[in-house]
Amino acid sequence: MTVQQISIFIENSAGRLAEATSALGAAGVNIRALSLAETSDFGILRLIVDRTDLAKEVLTKGGFTVDKTDVVAIQVPDRPMGLGTILNVLDVEGIAVEYLYAFIERCGDHAVIIFRFDNCFQAIAALTAQGIEILSAKEVSEM
Amino acid sequence: MIWNDEFETLPREALASLQLKRLQNTLERVYSTVPFYRQAFDRAGVKPEQVQSLSDLQRLPFTLKQDMRDNYPYGLFAVPMEEIVRLHASSGTTGKPTVVGYTRQDIDMWSGLMARSFAAAGVGRGDIIHNAYGYGLFTGGLGAHYGAEKLGAAVIPMSGGNTKKQIMIMQDFGSTVLTCTPSYSLYLAEAAAEDGFDIRNFDLKVGILGAEPWSESIREEIEQKLNIKAIDIYGLSEILGPGVAIECIEAQNGLHIWEDHFIAEIIDPQTGEILPDGDEGELVITTITKEGITMIRYRTRDITRLISEPCICGRSHRRLQRMSGRSDDMLIIRGVNVFPSQIESVLMQVEGVEPHYQLIVDREENLDSLEVQVEVTEDIFSDEVRILQGLSDRIRGQIKDMLNISCKVRLVEPKTITRSEGKAQRVIDRRR
Repeated sequence: MTVQQISIFIENSAGRLAEATSALGAAGVNIRALSLAETSDFGILRLIVDRTDLAKEVLTKGGFTVDKTDVVAIQVPDRPMGLGTILNVLDVEGIAVEYLYAFIERCGDHAVIIFRFDNCFQAIAALTAQGIEILSAKEVSEM
Repeated sequence: MIWNDEFETLPREALASLQLKRLQNTLERVYSTVPFYRQAFDRAGVKPEQVQSLSDLQRLPFTLKQDMRDNYPYGLFAVPMEEIVRLHASSGTTGKPTVVGYTRQDIDMWSGLMARSFAAAGVGRGDIIHNAYGYGLFTGGLGAHYGAEKLGAAVIPMSGGNTKKQIMIMQDFGSTVLTCTPSYSLYLAEAAAEDGFDIRNFDLKVGILGAEPWSESIREEIEQKLNIKAIDIYGLSEILGPGVAIECIEAQNGLHIWEDHFIAEIIDPQTGEILPDGDEGELVITTITKEGITMIRYRTRDITRLISEPCICGRSHRRLQRMSGRSDDMLIIRGVNVFPSQIESVLMQVEGVEPHYQLIVDREENLDSLEVQVEVTEDIFSDEVRILQGLSDRIRGQIKDMLNISCKVRLVEPKTITRSEGKAQRVIDRRR
């Protein structure tokens, strides 16, 4: 039930971000969700794309350092406390969230949020036990 | 294999008396033919005939690289130009290069020492030597070339550069021996991988690598990435070129300096005093058979120590420990002496760090600053910021522990650090 995310090491130099996204665009890869973590020296671009393997290949060829990580796509009710409920479940179970970011598109009347956990499977078990919907890779790619 | 059994295994006493005899002849000769040496010996108050033992050599003054520049181009030559058959020059980074001349006998001697060196590295007839040292004024290319021919191996005169072609030739011609700088060997492996070849499957078995300082960790890296034995060779144009000293393949521990042609001393680079046997200091070499240019107590600036213990290979010639740096590569950062090789060894201890790094030294508000740039490979990359920041903190901490200097560690994308096709440029000093 996990989704594959690709992450890219980006030096904080002008144009590198554009080069990465242009390389993907030229190969016909569509970005579905993204987040950019930055420090004063470098950034890490994290992407959910429609074709992960192609994206990794294209970026590696373009000289980027690329990694693939399993993340979890969670359906979050689009109302006050929607996200709070989910975080509470994780808190009770003692599951740490490394980072999270929102999907651009909605899934019906739900928002979709990408979570990065240390242990995906423990998190998935805890959330599904509480009736929280996890999206499969297929569902994400069809959104 | 031992190429010249008689001289390479000569008992120490016989070797010492041969050295003394050759030294005395050399001193007599340069005193009469080279005004520079005559004046220098006279100033020191020593006549050649007063040198009665090898320890009397200490009474003579040192020769410096600057002396060669001051006598540019031919002032130090010990024979008339009619006797010279080859000229080489060092890569002068500032101003004029230093020029060296070889007589026919010098070329013969050099080829013989290079053939000895190849043999010590396990190379012989039937081998195909891929010589990627630069041909030209630099001694590396032609020095290795003549030695390979003397040995009876097949030599491919590749020279440096044109890396794609190097890889094709290496694969198609079945090269078994690679001669180049250590950094270029890694660059070749990387470039081959980019073209979809695994250099480990080529026919290469030995790399004879030199012309720049490298560490034991880089050796491991090279041996693993190229699937070869990596042998350290040492030389400098002022003395001869490549083939002054080399590791034997049996021990791969210390470089045998050919003592029937050179006298090695280790001095304190600050005071010039001879150091006790086995201590680390600056290598000083006297040539005792070379005719074209003769060097008396030449200060190499290379930092090493002499290993007197017998070697398992059976050669009687003493060994130089792998060079730990050059006294003129030494950086002084906020008053602390730093050799790039020290930082390299810290980096190599960090899992996954590639030997691709660069040191940027600058001055900010009258204070020296050091930035260590390290390439981020897939092995160390993480999608989490704290893991990458932890890595740079760890490197910074270890450099601080080892050298007691604070530095900034900057993670950079792979291949942003300029790849050299010759000597690796590890240091950019912007204070100059």
